[in-house]
Amino acid sequence: MYSILKAEELTTNIFLMVVKAPRVANACLPGQFVIVRTAEDSERIPLTICDYDRKEGTVTIVFQIVGAGTKFMADLKAGDAFHDFVGPLGVPSELITGPIEETKKKRILFVAGGVGTAPVYPQVKWLKEHGVNADVIVGSKTKDLLILEKEMEAVAGNLYVTTDDGSYGRSGMVTTVISDLVAEGKQYDVCVAIGPMIMMKFVCKLTKELNIPTVVSLNPIMVDGTGMCGACRVTVGDKVKFACVDGPEFDGHLVNFDEAMKRQTLYKTKEGRDFLAAKEGATHHGGCGNC
Amino acid sequence: MDVLKKVPVREQDPKVRATNFDEVCKGYNKEEAMEEASRCINCKNAQCVKGCPVSINIPGFIEQVKEGNIEKAYSVISESSSLPAVCGRVCPQESQCEGKCIRGIKGEPLSIGKLERFVADYACEHGIKPEVSFEKNGKKVAVIGSGPAGLTCAGDLAKLGYDVTIFEALHEPGGVLVYGIPEFRLPKKGVVAKEIENVKSLGVKIETNVVVGKSVTVDELLNEEGFDAVFIGSGAGLPKFMGIPGENLNGVFSANEYLTRSNLMKAFDESSATPIMKGKKVCVVGGGNVAMDAARTALRFGSEVHIVYRRSEEELPARVEEVHHAKEEGIIFNLLTNPVEILSDENGWVCGMKCIKMELGEPDESGRRSPVEIPGSEFVIEADTVIMALGTSPNPLISSTTKGLEVNKRKCIVADEEFGRTSKNGVFAGGDAVTGAATVILAMGAGKSAAKGIHEFLSNE
Repeated sequence: MYSILKAEELTTNIFLMVVKAPRVANACLPGQFVIVRTAEDSERIPLTICDYDRKEGTVTIVFQIVGAGTKFMADLKAGDAFHDFVGPLGVPSELITGPIEETKKKRILFVAGGVGTAPVYPQVKWLKEHGVNADVIVGSKTKDLLILEKEMEAVAGNLYVTTDDGSYGRSGMVTTVISDLVAEGKQYDVCVAIGPMIMMKFVCKLTKELNIPTVVSLNPIMVDGTGMCGACRVTVGDKVKFACVDGPEFDGHLVNFDEAMKRQTLYKTKEGRDFLAAKEGATHHGGCGNC
Repeated sequence: MDVLKKVPVREQDPKVRATNFDEVCKGYNKEEAMEEASRCINCKNAQCVKGCPVSINIPGFIEQVKEGNIEKAYSVISESSSLPAVCGRVCPQESQCEGKCIRGIKGEPLSIGKLERFVADYACEHGIKPEVSFEKNGKKVAVIGSGPAGLTCAGDLAKLGYDVTIFEALHEPGGVLVYGIPEFRLPKKGVVAKEIENVKSLGVKIETNVVVGKSVTVDELLNEEGFDAVFIGSGAGLPKFMGIPGENLNGVFSANEYLTRSNLMKAFDESSATPIMKGKKVCVVGGGNVAMDAARTALRFGSEVHIVYRRSEEELPARVEEVHHAKEEGIIFNLLTNPVEILSDENGWVCGMKCIKMELGEPDESGRRSPVEIPGSEFVIEADTVIMALGTSPNPLISSTTKGLEVNKRKCIVADEEFGRTSKNGVFAGGDAVTGAATVILAMGAGKSAAKGIHEFLSNE
């Protein structure tokens, strides 16, 4: 069992938990993920790592309620425990495993969307600790759904917050902010975009035009997370990759997003989609990967 | 009684079992077992033992069954095997012990597998545990993977006094026994869990949720966690795909995914929340035991199921018993047929599979006649689900993170057959991780050899 030391609702339906998992905390790096199970017979839920503390042996996860499994998870409190917590899985971010001198030369832009802010955070934090200041765009549907703003501000070079409805920060989609920054004269050598599939697709469309190499982090359906089931296969260029062992980060300009988005709907039911649409009302755009 | 024939074993009626996940074969009762055992002529130079990868003293245990001493029979088996209830169910006895049985020359060989199963089930029902009498020697061995190779190696080492910890990547121990082989062939709670408990009762610890190569490396186990030797029995977990167009459509699955959802994640149980595609018409591509398992699982979910295999019935790599059971249950075999493309509807879901007819040509390197396409014979099978059961290869997670561990071009770890020694000092390997996908019993045999190898290595230190 893996004790939950802290459980906090960051905003409506988005939760942060600090979990005691010494093996994962000891081995993990930004970009990697874990798989958790709430109880015996629960589903295996993959989640990207948001933070870790090697000394305390803890790992921080952030998740959004998107179905029965995550709803059940959200009911857990500090003092409860996960039945299973396995990782780190996947390959760490290339910016972190590559030669640091090379990374230092790069002008880096992170683009985080919604709950995707969580996996962006440890990368920016790691870079900051290694003397690299990266710019960060955080996009949110509305002010109330924004997470980790203060934490991000502390580690980012420049932080640009935008909301779809203009209720906070800049107004509009993250792609608008990218265009604006470039128009303002900003130059970037690499972009890392993590968020809903539809956001990553459009960020990549734009950065391709702008000629900025872009890395995305995919979170497809998976079962074991070790390369065994192949459910997470994704087409990157002319190759089929397994997101769990070859990723989760890939060259966004080569990812077949349309296929990946279709694959995410594999086990989605009409009832589930209607539920999400009803709950999120007019802000529900579809294509978020959760519906 | 006809001594030339096996005492028949009771099975669930094919029509009934096609709709449930209960075990197909009901096994012998004591009376039937004793009657079958009486057919053994107790050969002096018993060939059956030579056919057994873990060299169970077969005439020895059968002698005890004949007399009705089932507990004694169990202790004879336990000397050589930690998983008799599993082996009695899934070993290919027809090509091993039973294949060598002298009775088989004139009539049917002795039903050794069913007798082994009876003895193990009897022991389980009556709370009989393997005898434990050993002293701890203070040496620590790490075993990676809790499938048949790992469990066997761990059990044997524990009996020799080693302090053994098994590291399992999934949340439940058992490896292919829990994720791969379906409930109707190998019940998980009643059989697999019980045998794993027996291994644990020898003092073996099992740590689940540890992906060696990611959570911890082999070098860290040796250098930082104080293990004196490591056995790698991580299996062959990576599924193969054909590389034909349409393989990433919705409705195409690896047999690994399909079976893992049903078995490990318990989709077979209606109360489970695990989603699984229950197609109207399912095509399973491949002809091995895994293909049969996937096909028979889909059938039980109510699908019409086709096995699509590029050679003829004679070349089917699956056990004859499995093919027989599959046919009895109503699986349709499309033989000498090979998929060339998976077709999709306008929403990206599978709607059919384009296949080509094959004929058999000259024998290939495997000795089987190789299938050759018949030009112009393409046709379409309607289907909404395609399951690829084309075999698996070893996972590179461990080999790629362990310094000095040699692998061959198929990514299999190189290890000697006698003792499972790898190119790295103190590291041993066996089972599918070394051979590529094979059988439960061969993995157990390799686990056994490696236990001997590790004992020798650590005794000479």
